Amino acid sequence: MKATEIQALLNATVLVGPLPEEEILTACGSDMMSDVLAFPKDRMVLLTGLTNPHTVRTAELLDVMMIIFVRGKLPSEEVLNMAEDAGIAVVMTEYTLYDACGRLYAAGLPGGTGRRKP
Amino acid sequence: MNELLHEVYPVEKGAFETAGEVSGTIKRMLRKLGVPSQVIRRVSVASYEVELNLVIHSLGGQMEITIEPESVTLDVADRGPGIPDLDLAMQEGWSTASDEVRTLGFGAGMGLPNMKRNADEFDIRSQVGVGTNIHMKFFCV
Ligand SMILES: Nc1ncnc2c1ncn2[C@@H]1O[C@H](COP(=O)(O)OP(=O)(O)OP(=O)(O)O)[C@@H](O)[C@H]1O
Ligand SMILES: [Mg+2]
Repeated sequence: MKATEIQALLNATVLVGPLPEEEILTACGSDMMSDVLAFPKDRMVLLTGLTNPHTVRTAELLDVMMIIFVRGKLPSEEVLNMAEDAGIAVVMTEYTLYDACGRLYAAGLPGGTGRRKP
Repeated sequence: MNELLHEVYPVEKGAFETAGEVSGTIKRMLRKLGVPSQVIRRVSVASYEVELNLVIHSLGGQMEITIEPESVTLDVADRGPGIPDLDLAMQEGWSTASDEVRTLGFGAGMGLPNMKRNADEFDIRSQVGVGTNIHMKFFCV
């Protein structure tokens, strides 16, 4: 799935661009960074309500392609700058974590287990 | 022994703001040395988890990294308080983290199991009142 498609599905605002061009293969949604670290996958997007610097650090360590902040949460300028320095795109959606994940899963984007919507 | 690199990094207790910086440094170093990206990811996850544990749970300690042509080794030691029940600590989901730590996104009780899963060799020893030592080795092939 393309990042632009994800942005459209979530009606998301771009906070740090540009959006990645490459095909995104998986998504992971959690507010616990160790849960994210338990399922690292290639070309992943991270959905989270956690807006502190550790979200960006975790994303950077896992080569996450895009961070999606849910529930309309706006991170600080410092966090956005960190993401920019790390070359990670950031978008924000008004959907909750559950709704945002559900929308992407229903549209065919699998999670870390690789399981797809039947 | 044919070491490419050997570094020791101190990690302070409670230094939440800078937690993860050592792991970031290690990752950039591995990149520069041309270590395969799958190995970099495994080392990164394990070093980040162990670094956060030092910050959150320990009284302070150090991370020692040794890079050789065929392997990466992380030896981590802290000054206490030690882990009373290692079997319990190694279980997924078991955590003594405070609510404050949880709101920061940690305390899922996944760190030690994540380290074990990612390392090819994993050894943990702990003595209450003395400290905890973790040895992890990752093979590059
Ligand atoms: N260096 C340490 N010193 C003392 N206790 C530790 C240390 N590392 C881990 N522990 C203990 O082991 C428990 C489990 O650690 P683990 O890393 O698996 O989970 P966590 O740190 O609580 O949560 P998470 O890693 O998911 O953020 C901790 O809650 C803590 O009680
Ligand atoms: Mg931990």
